[in-house]
Amino acid sequence: MFDLTGKTALVTGATGGIGAAIARALHRQGATVAVSGTRAEVLQQFAAELGERVHVLPCNLADTAAVEALVPAAEAALGQLDILVNNAGITRDNLFMRMKDEEWDQVIAVNLTAGFRLCRAAVKGMMKRRSGRIIGITSVVGVTGNPGQGNYAAAKAGMIGMSKALAAEVASRGITVNCIAPGFIETAMTDALNDKQREAVLARVPAGRLGTPDDIAAGAVYLASAAGSYITGQTLHINGGMAMV
Amino acid sequence: MSDIAERVKKIVVEHLGVEPDKVTENASFMDDLGADSLDTVELVMAFEEEFGVEIPDDAAETILTVGDAIKFLSKTAA
Repeated sequence: MFDLTGKTALVTGATGGIGAAIARALHRQGATVAVSGTRAEVLQQFAAELGERVHVLPCNLADTAAVEALVPAAEAALGQLDILVNNAGITRDNLFMRMKDEEWDQVIAVNLTAGFRLCRAAVKGMMKRRSGRIIGITSVVGVTGNPGQGNYAAAKAGMIGMSKALAAEVASRGITVNCIAPGFIETAMTDALNDKQREAVLARVPAGRLGTPDDIAAGAVYLASAAGSYITGQTLHINGGMAMV
Repeated sequence: MSDIAERVKKIVVEHLGVEPDKVTENASFMDDLGADSLDTVELVMAFEEEFGVEIPDDAAETILTVGDAIKFLSKTAA
């Protein structure tokens, strides 16, 4: 039902917890995956772990020229690109009144503008083939807001709106565009929390636990597979009930 | 010239699924041949592929009719 044999995927931010889990899950379903990220060595290790059907494409999404080159590089490596997962993201948290222009600009550039450029490049081949899947990893805070994350929340909300607009444009060509909005997930980012912070976080999650990267990857497999072909312009909230929208 | 015209018309017929006799040089993709804006982008992509040329966005915006396409491609693909 969720078989991806013969499909190809590009996952950005594949060195992170969620990105790696998504790449691993797509790969497990049979897809050939191109993994991208800034840390080439970590990518190589990850690729070695996955074995066959993997390509390593290091890319700094803050570099416009590198972003423009990424989809063509993926298409060259994979033959064609069926599934694009815009997962890479950075945080530059600060109170709104203290937030520097650079902190705002960096987060918008990597989390939103790079995603726009990758979608624009990927959709061309997908339109020709009348099929494709684009998945943006946004965040619960793009919908609920979060103190200290004005830039991050704006970029993540922007990704949701952008995906809806693109979804409406290309739905008739067999391409779906969706977002996944993770809540609190066990990653390096949440490992940094102390016990007290962790407790406060859990108090807001009805499921009573943090999510795992695999919880997010399962959603990505669903949206990427044939089973998800009638779902487009949507945001799948995977958050243990912390926000019900 | 006539060869280019034939190839352009063939692409338009195939892509838009219209009767060949409707694809005259004066026919507008959107007004006469039922294309939507996304179809016009796809037509430009198909022309680029068929003729091995790159059609910049500002030029693409001026290609509104079958004749416009033939004229543009006669110049660039020659």
